[in-house]
Amino acid sequence: MMKIHPAQSANRMEEDRHGLLYRTMCLIRRFEETVLEEFRRGHFYGTTHTYLGQEADAVGVLYNLSPDDVIVSNHRCHGHFLAAGGDPRALFAELMGRATGVCGGRGGSQHLHWGNFYSNGILGGTVPLAVGMAMAEKIKITRSIVVAFLGDGTLGEGVVYESLNMASLWSAPILFVLENNRLAQTTPVEKHLAGDIVSRFKAFGIETQELDTSDVLLIQSAAAAAIDEIRDGIRPSALVLHTCRFGPHSKGDDPRPKEEIEHLWKTRDPLAVHSPRIPSEERQKIEMEVAACVREAYQMALNDPFPEFITTPQAQL
Amino acid sequence: MPTVLESLNAALDTALAVDERIVLLGEDILDPYGGAFKVTRGLSTKYPERVIATPVSEAGIVGVAAGMALRGLRPVVEIMFGDFVTLIADQLVNHISKFRFMYNDQVRVPLVIRTPMGGRRGYGPTHSQTLEKLYLGIPGLRVLAANSLDDPGRLLLSAILEDNDPILFIENKLLYQLPVNTGNEDGEFDIQFVSKGPAESRLTGVKSLIGNGYAQCLRIALRQAPQPQITIAAYGYMAELCRQAVHRIAYENELFAELVVPSQLSPFDVGPILDSLSRTHRLLIVEEGTYSMGWGAEIAAHAAQALGEKSIRVSRLAAKDLPIPASVPLETETLPGIAHIVQAALDLV
Repeated sequence: MMKIHPAQSANRMEEDRHGLLYRTMCLIRRFEETVLEEFRRGHFYGTTHTYLGQEADAVGVLYNLSPDDVIVSNHRCHGHFLAAGGDPRALFAELMGRATGVCGGRGGSQHLHWGNFYSNGILGGTVPLAVGMAMAEKIKITRSIVVAFLGDGTLGEGVVYESLNMASLWSAPILFVLENNRLAQTTPVEKHLAGDIVSRFKAFGIETQELDTSDVLLIQSAAAAAIDEIRDGIRPSALVLHTCRFGPHSKGDDPRPKEEIEHLWKTRDPLAVHSPRIPSEERQKIEMEVAACVREAYQMALNDPFPEFITTPQAQL
Repeated sequence: MPTVLESLNAALDTALAVDERIVLLGEDILDPYGGAFKVTRGLSTKYPERVIATPVSEAGIVGVAAGMALRGLRPVVEIMFGDFVTLIADQLVNHISKFRFMYNDQVRVPLVIRTPMGGRRGYGPTHSQTLEKLYLGIPGLRVLAANSLDDPGRLLLSAILEDNDPILFIENKLLYQLPVNTGNEDGEFDIQFVSKGPAESRLTGVKSLIGNGYAQCLRIALRQAPQPQITIAAYGYMAELCRQAVHRIAYENELFAELVVPSQLSPFDVGPILDSLSRTHRLLIVEEGTYSMGWGAEIAAHAAQALGEKSIRVSRLAAKDLPIPASVPLETETLPGIAHIVQAALDLV
């Protein structure tokens, strides 16, 4: 299969940075659109949480990672996974419950593990996990860092604050990426969060940058600076990204007025913000290649076998 | 004989000495305090880099330890009081026990969480409970319970060094000061190992007590006693109280019992208990957790399914379905004691 998301590959230097960022954002966009379209046909099971509108966050941040760095993600993990270089066919297959899925169909949309990428659908609980991973890398002296994605809704979970405390106390090499898409499922941030987000990190002595943008270049450079600091200074840092979710929380649960969502598409589409930087011929080529790749990945997954039922760890214990 | 406390402390010391991936985390575990019950005493002095005092953040600590375990370390966490396992429920149920399965066997989580349960110290409703039943039957989580009739240090060492899956290791406050091999200094009891067979250890000099997926189980009877007439099943500190009851009913009532003491509660191998029951036809199950919906009920169900057509009698003894009061006479009445065990055994025959 065509390799179109080489965010961590060795030949990334050969590619134009703008084109690469655009290509990866396009991949996420096309993948998620396919998920929402095809859910209606019944090929996917369970639930999904699409990354539409937030593409620049994952793509900008993860562009800066080294191959040995660790990523901890949440329920809205497709974009993080694809930006990390995950295989779209394996992700499609996971959503379809196929044996070739990222986790053989056991995990589904929210529970992915591949290489150094881990996601779980329980909010908050992944944050101490990420701090522990960062401490492990520090203890092993690997110079690897951990990037932990969390959303504004997760700030309602108490264990987040236990984790920020320990990360700062023990100088864990971790970047907290807080994606504030201003909605906890359907509840607007004004109705679920008191105070402000940046102060939460600063209260624990964690260096924090704040961006309200859909521009992948701004996010990429801010993340690059933070990651350098974390790697060299061996201490935590936070990046608060005010972002916009274009799609529903899951599949059809979006009570926002249509006009509000249309306004977001017009003003905050990361692809539209970034695309003028790429010559139109190249842009079209990227878009066509991505569309073909996603289509091919989807078809391959659709033809993949279902897994065999095997004994559980309970039986193995 | 060392005490259970010394045995556990020595096991932690050995684990830290032989494997650099071992780290200890817990609240107040540093010297000179050495932990609320002193199980970690001396270890922070000997291994200052790998014995980590934590904030009062049980959920956070266990999450951190799980992250460490996923990235190549072998953490051991102390939860100061067993009652606090409620605070780590999300990590245990939705993270730690799930990772291996939901990540399609691509990861292991070698993590041991130790905690002392149990009452009889007057600590009241929130520091005296026996809560491990909350974590029995969780796929992907092994629950072990130490007792003083076996070697608790060896069990802990096996858990830390030999097992690559997460373990909740249940201790008991009143076990700590008992000598290992309690009450059998002169060999009055015959103690047999009826586990599915200890596995060969990867570690020289230490025989794993968790063989073939199950930790060791003991079968205990007075030496040269007649055929047992009753089976008593118990674990942890209750096993010691049952041992005393077995002694008493033999000498005072000429009732001979066989005591079956598992070290592993989940997943549970009911085989040794059913094996004994098929010979005695009488089973008393004793636990310190509350009576309803517990370990004893599960065993009774297995007994009914496996041996229901035989003429068997089953009885359960447990803490009353009440919070544990602080006042000594009230607490004594709430928890199963030796007199209760003796009476329940006599009632069965």
